[in-house]
Amino acid sequence: MTIALSQFDEVRLDHVSRDFGTLNALRDVSLTIKRGEFVALLGPSGCGKSTTLNCIAGLLPVTGGSIWLDKSRVDTLKPEERGFGMVFQNYALFPHLNVRQNIGFGLKMRGTARVEMERKIDEALALVRLQGQEHKLPGQLSGGQQQRVAIARAIVIEPPLVLMDEPLSNLDAKLRLEMRAEIRRIHNELGATTIYVTHDQDEALSLADRIVVLRDGMIRQVGSPKELYEAPAHLDVADFMGFRNKLKGKVISNHGGHAVIDVEGAQFRGLAREDLPVGTSAFVAIRPDDLMLTEPGGNALKATVETIEYRGREFVGTARSSQGADFVFRSHHSVEPGGSIHLTVADERVLIFADQA
Amino acid sequence: MHSTFHASQHGPTLRQRLAANGFDAVTMLVLPAALFLVLLFIYPFAFGLVLSFEPKNTDASWLANYSRFFADPFLYETIAKTLWLSVPTTLINLFLAVPIAFRVRLMRNQRILTAILVLPITLGTVLVAEGLLNYLGPQGWLNRTLMTIGLIDQPVRLLHNYWGVFISLLLTGFPFTFLLTLSYVTGIDPALEQAAATLGAGAWQRFRHVYLPLLMPGFAITFCLSFVQAFSVFPSAVLLGAPAGPTRVISIAAYQAAFEEYDYSMASAIAMIMGFVQLAIVVAVLASRGLFYRGPASGAKG
Amino acid sequence: MIRDTTIGAKLWATAVWAVVGFFILNLFAMIGTVITSSFGTRWLGTWLPAGWTTRWYSSAWSEFQLGDVLIVSFQVVGLVVLISGVLGVTAAYALARREFPGKRLVMLLFLLPLLIPPITFGIPLATVLYQTGLAGTFWGVVAANLVPTVPFVILVMIPFIEQIDPKIEAAARVFGANTFKLFIHVLLPLLLPGILASLLLVLVRTIAMFELTFLVAGPTSQTLVVALYYAVFAAGVRAVQSIDAMAVIYMATTLIWLLVALRFVNPAQIVTRAKQQPAH
Repeated sequence: MTIALSQFDEVRLDHVSRDFGTLNALRDVSLTIKRGEFVALLGPSGCGKSTTLNCIAGLLPVTGGSIWLDKSRVDTLKPEERGFGMVFQNYALFPHLNVRQNIGFGLKMRGTARVEMERKIDEALALVRLQGQEHKLPGQLSGGQQQRVAIARAIVIEPPLVLMDEPLSNLDAKLRLEMRAEIRRIHNELGATTIYVTHDQDEALSLADRIVVLRDGMIRQVGSPKELYEAPAHLDVADFMGFRNKLKGKVISNHGGHAVIDVEGAQFRGLAREDLPVGTSAFVAIRPDDLMLTEPGGNALKATVETIEYRGREFVGTARSSQGADFVFRSHHSVEPGGSIHLTVADERVLIFADQA
Repeated sequence: MHSTFHASQHGPTLRQRLAANGFDAVTMLVLPAALFLVLLFIYPFAFGLVLSFEPKNTDASWLANYSRFFADPFLYETIAKTLWLSVPTTLINLFLAVPIAFRVRLMRNQRILTAILVLPITLGTVLVAEGLLNYLGPQGWLNRTLMTIGLIDQPVRLLHNYWGVFISLLLTGFPFTFLLTLSYVTGIDPALEQAAATLGAGAWQRFRHVYLPLLMPGFAITFCLSFVQAFSVFPSAVLLGAPAGPTRVISIAAYQAAFEEYDYSMASAIAMIMGFVQLAIVVAVLASRGLFYRGPASGAKG
Repeated sequence: MIRDTTIGAKLWATAVWAVVGFFILNLFAMIGTVITSSFGTRWLGTWLPAGWTTRWYSSAWSEFQLGDVLIVSFQVVGLVVLISGVLGVTAAYALARREFPGKRLVMLLFLLPLLIPPITFGIPLATVLYQTGLAGTFWGVVAANLVPTVPFVILVMIPFIEQIDPKIEAAARVFGANTFKLFIHVLLPLLLPGILASLLLVLVRTIAMFELTFLVAGPTSQTLVVALYYAVFAAGVRAVQSIDAMAVIYMATTLIWLLVALRFVNPAQIVTRAKQQPAH
């Protein structure tokens, strides 16, 4: 592959903030991204992840802090002077230009010589496997093909940094998996430093080298996919990582991070992720996969089944405890709605967080 | 990882604060056009209003123009004469336009019909007046046809009286009213009519209980715009009517004050009265609009 | 769509079409009278003229100095189209892309000249132009005609600009386009159909704009429609056929542009696009 990416060592966000309005505000975001890294910005809508990306691209001005590409400051530059590549959520292809012209747009703006431009466009077309479609207009392409054009357009200019703003959110489920693999492949081939914004933790987990979880314009946790998946630092991060069941209880004991929580008479042992004084209120976080049906008695939590859905290999149900806590469980056999069940969980699968309120 | 919160070293600059409120270089693009209209539209109106209180005869009171207007039947009667032309023609145009719009809505190729109807608007009132002078004349094709059919024995007098202006207002006003009505009628989701039909409503009931309530605000606006056009009738009132008699409309009075008596103060006063009468009728119609349903007319998705 | 097939409904439909037919018949007959007369030698008390000729056209041309009038008309129309395009498209862009305090007031400023009939605001406008000495001049006519056309372009262009995704502009920026290149390579090609349509409509409207030109024009700054008015007003001075020939020339200049315009716009737009706005 001859698409050669500009050389640099790191992109650095230094106490970046955006003060305006309550929504889309950023508070003191600092982050360093090394060359070749694939970083995902993850969070619910309104958390500031797209704002961060737009600040880096220059589409939104920052009101505090600075952004650096090695030793040169870029946050004072206009977007057209930064030279980054960007893939937009709805692709933002130029509707009046064909595939070739769309991909070549950035090169044309840079005044690249004709022969070189054609060669680079051909390479980009090959990379995203769009040969033969090059004279079509965006309106004549499928969603997946438009996505490939948008990616080719961003990488053909050989940018130091590729920004992707929820690029898969407009695709249907099957195509999303396919394009996810494509993005991974292209990243492996080119090694382009990439910042990828998404609200889908599966995407972030499967694509990124490092995940940055944002909430209310602040960074909540940064780590590898494995770290975030197994050891979320806060309850909201855990929620995002699939710990859908959050049961409120009281701390009975806490020894070196191994705490025991009483939830409606049932006792859960688990790993305390935060400071948990005995007697305080706390949350037990459990993935639906880890809740197992068991026999009555012992330490099991008693609940009433509300709904049960067939999902192919297994059943997914919702249940409510006698005290009114709702949770989600999975089961290999069906249970009757309205029936009583008993649920248990392995100690190493339980995380315990302080009750922030 | 830095997650500590510390105050940013420097607050937003003035430019950033203006941009946050929507004032940036792009917003400034509105300035040339806005400035132009303030200069050539707002300022003349304000100027005319002030001028209308400064009569040509400097000894007269500041209200002299207005008291003269309402004391002189030759002047104040122009309001009634103009209304007598504009209200009936606007109503006729609207009552004709509604059933036709409902019919045309079903047509697959509306383009040819609308293109024909747009002709009198594009040609303008002067040309329509000139054409009608030929067509409505005692030897014109209309009178000839009517006599040939045997409907009349001798030519009907349609020129240089009320009817000449009346007909020209129908000819130029109908297409305008119709195209506006059509745009409102086609803006209503046909699924609403289908829903009413499945619930047992007949054609008249569907019109009366579904379309009419949804269309009333649109019809009110159509009436206002058509009326305002008709009220400002000028060339056809001069060319086809009796500009010294029954079709001495208010715009003729204003024109004569300005360009025959060179009394710009009086002319401004008449223009202000003309604007005020139009405004009064429009406000009255739009105020009654508050009695009707106002909101999306395209079903749930609207 | 629901179609009734009862006898009553059919009668109703027939009546409606009869009214439309009657209207169109009279319209065409009216236009036909003018054209027939302009080619007729003597036409008194008969269905058709006694003979046919084209000499009225040459006499109208010299009697009414149509050469000069047409040149002035095209200069006025050309300048009005150009200036209202520049002022209108830029303002429409700002209004389509930005929210700012006072925007509703600015929109009202652009709506009023379209809602208030020209004769109402034309008299105060003419008064001001006479005070400044602009009235009677070529530029006075251009300025007066711009008052309704600038808002017209703005109101036609706003929805057109709004439908272009701002992300496309952001993409052009990110990929290295400065303001000028953004305009040339992205905005202009995307907006061209809308600009073309709105300017063609301005052109047709300005050719036919009688009141404003009439109120501010002097002897050397008359457009064709005003010259036609004076000719009809002073009927009896010239031969009727001569005036009719002039009317046909006027119709031809208007209709050629109308035909061009109809290739690009829906005819209903000539009335409704700008007039629909206050409904919301």
